[in-house]
Amino acid sequence: MFFILIASIALWWLARQGVLRSSFAEEGEIADFPGAELLPRPPAAKVGLGVFLAVAGCLFSLLCAAFFMRMDAPDWQAPPIPGILWFNTAVLIASSLALDLARRAADRRETDDVKSWLLVGGGCALLFLLGQLWAWRELAAQGLYASSNPANAFFYLLTGIHALHLVGGLAALARTARAAWSGHGGADLAAGVELCAIYWHFLLFVWLLLFAMLAGWADNFGVICRRLLS
Amino acid sequence: MTDATLGEKENVLPPPAEVEDVELYHAKSWLTHYVFSQDAKYIAIQYAGTAIGIGLVALVMSWVIRLQLAFPGAIPFIDASRYYQAVTMHGMIMVVYMLTAIFLGGFGNYLIPLMVGARDMVFPYVNMLSYWVYLLATLVLVASFFVPGGPTGAGWTLYPPQAIMSGTPGNDYGIILMLASLILFIVGFTMGGLNYVVTVLQGRTRGMTLMRMPLTVWGIFAAAVMALLAFPGLFVACVMLLLDRTLGTSFFMPSIVEGGEHLKYNGGSPILFQHLFWFFGHPEVYIVALPAFGIVSDLISTHARKNIFGYRMMVWAIVAIGVLSMVVWGHHMYVSGMNPLFGFFFAVTTLAIALPTAIKVYNWVLTLWRADIHFTTPMLFALGFIVTFVNGGITGLYLGNVIVDVPLSATMFVVAHFHMVMGVAPVLVIFGAIYHWYPKITGRMLDETLGKIHFWITFLGAYAIFFPMHYLGLVGVPRRFYELGETAFVPHSAAALNIFITVAALIVGAAQAIFFFNVFWSLRHGKPSGSNPWRATSLEWQTPETPPGHGNWGKELPIVYRWAYAYSVPGAPEDYLPQNAPPLKGEHSP
Repeated sequence: MFFILIASIALWWLARQGVLRSSFAEEGEIADFPGAELLPRPPAAKVGLGVFLAVAGCLFSLLCAAFFMRMDAPDWQAPPIPGILWFNTAVLIASSLALDLARRAADRRETDDVKSWLLVGGGCALLFLLGQLWAWRELAAQGLYASSNPANAFFYLLTGIHALHLVGGLAALARTARAAWSGHGGADLAAGVELCAIYWHFLLFVWLLLFAMLAGWADNFGVICRRLLS
Repeated sequence: MTDATLGEKENVLPPPAEVEDVELYHAKSWLTHYVFSQDAKYIAIQYAGTAIGIGLVALVMSWVIRLQLAFPGAIPFIDASRYYQAVTMHGMIMVVYMLTAIFLGGFGNYLIPLMVGARDMVFPYVNMLSYWVYLLATLVLVASFFVPGGPTGAGWTLYPPQAIMSGTPGNDYGIILMLASLILFIVGFTMGGLNYVVTVLQGRTRGMTLMRMPLTVWGIFAAAVMALLAFPGLFVACVMLLLDRTLGTSFFMPSIVEGGEHLKYNGGSPILFQHLFWFFGHPEVYIVALPAFGIVSDLISTHARKNIFGYRMMVWAIVAIGVLSMVVWGHHMYVSGMNPLFGFFFAVTTLAIALPTAIKVYNWVLTLWRADIHFTTPMLFALGFIVTFVNGGITGLYLGNVIVDVPLSATMFVVAHFHMVMGVAPVLVIFGAIYHWYPKITGRMLDETLGKIHFWITFLGAYAIFFPMHYLGLVGVPRRFYELGETAFVPHSAAALNIFITVAALIVGAAQAIFFFNVFWSLRHGKPSGSNPWRATSLEWQTPETPPGHGNWGKELPIVYRWAYAYSVPGAPEDYLPQNAPPLKGEHSP
């Protein structure tokens, strides 16, 4: 009875896709004649990232839907939230802010500022990952393993997949940083930093949602969905 | 400015460049040129070759299945475990590793850049990576044949709890390798899929608007978008099932007693797995079908020398099918004890898909109406597809209704239905497409006589296999059974029919040797094709070299002035106008 939840998320995605599609088709109608001016296209990498974020968003939506469906089972016992998660959240926000500042600095072509903000952003992200590991250890130390309760398993799974995405982002950030240090400033660097910043904001957004869910603040949301459906 | 006014000017100025000409990656050594190639055309051939290779393994599996069904117990090698392993691997390989990979990885890679007038995919390096991850996934899958216990025999749907419990063949290593292989496949596919989507959005040449793209590109584009949104469902399901199997979590595993012993699992939901699996599983049908729809539209239009009927409608039908197919997954779960209301919802969406699909079929038929039909081999395969797809689609209407599905769900009727609609039909398109584009890929024609022999054996043979299977289902022969034994309701004649089907299946499978002989023989000895043997309009036939060189277009990217269906245009010097031919005086092409 909860799969309408998935359906609604799917529909939401489809609506997004549908909107995208129709706007492109209209472009096709307007530009029926050769030589008609088209709007300048955004760079391919940015569109590529957008499509990837749609895929990752779909992945996390499905995980959340599974979380809410599974939550209803009687054996569900949410683990206590390790206190360090608050610290981690703050660090990730700082990381996101730093990358945004790096983006602005890159727009102004101030390479030195870009470098320092990239360092801060990357460092904060690493700190976040270490903090997440710490949280895992804290849970494990209390005997809360993945196999002992599905709520724990979801905790490890959601934080783990989110962390893996961040690791991938760090790889991209390292490439961008290499470009910054080897002196390739200018438009390419700005574009690269912008992509990193967008990705970081996305991961922060996902993390905030996951955090709220894991901490149990979204339980009411699950209850409302169930009420609506039954 | 319209086409007509453009034509009146002597020197038509090309429209401003929408795409900057990008610096291409140039291979430096033999290895990077032929093996780790970043050229989409090489990657396409690598993808298609791997897909066909693993597809042959699945073909042999289908023989194993058929031999057991016709002659139960006659071949000692095929015991119950091997039978279920063959069923599982046949299904999984054909659906994911063969059909998905060849349509998107093979045809997508080859045709998208050429058809939209791009030099290559937008992210060539990621594209190369996509193929190698796919190959790794395939190798991991093949490796599962050689581990103790063999590959998993859980059925291609891998339903828990049985998929990971003892008693299911391959539950120790086979299932782990299967899940790992799927996860790899999805990672690899996502890299490729990003390329297909972004290349269509970003890489189109001047004048190539979305509403001028050939329907092949539309079909592959829509399928790639759907696949990107649907594969995460399978990804989540695989990761969670893998954790259940390896770490002992209870995402899907209910508390369960096995051999008198209470397992460590507790309170998981097998239904949750089914939702996640079919959230991927049903769009998957259309991920395979949409590229086939697109390719068939182009084959029919080209070989019937007539513009496609209702191009705009065809595009919107593709989009509508794509959207609808994301909300019908529940029809695979009618027998899972779902709320009747949801059964109703899914039955409605399922039957609603018939509308855009019917539009497509009518438009193909109307394209053929009073057309100058050339019965070339690609055209025969395209016509064979239409007939087969209609047949398979109509049984889909029966099964889409809950009350009809419930008694038929566990019978051979379902097997016959999905083989017609997503087995035989797309495979016919693959063959048609290979006969059609082989001249562009190699510069030589495939032999027409051999092609026609291949077509008739495959087409009639497929009907000999799957038509009787509907009947078997209606008399109650269950699917998934290793051996029927004595039953009160299945008549003895069913056994004779099973033998007939098996003989047909062996013949059709063996007849594919004709095709492979043709492909390899024509590589050397085929008739040279020239650059445009079918006198087709779309851009891939207008390349300066055949086969197209690295970068596809020589110095200048082509400029597109019209859609891809300008056949039998009144007043044109020939009966077709390529997309990049300068506009005629007074021409009104979309």
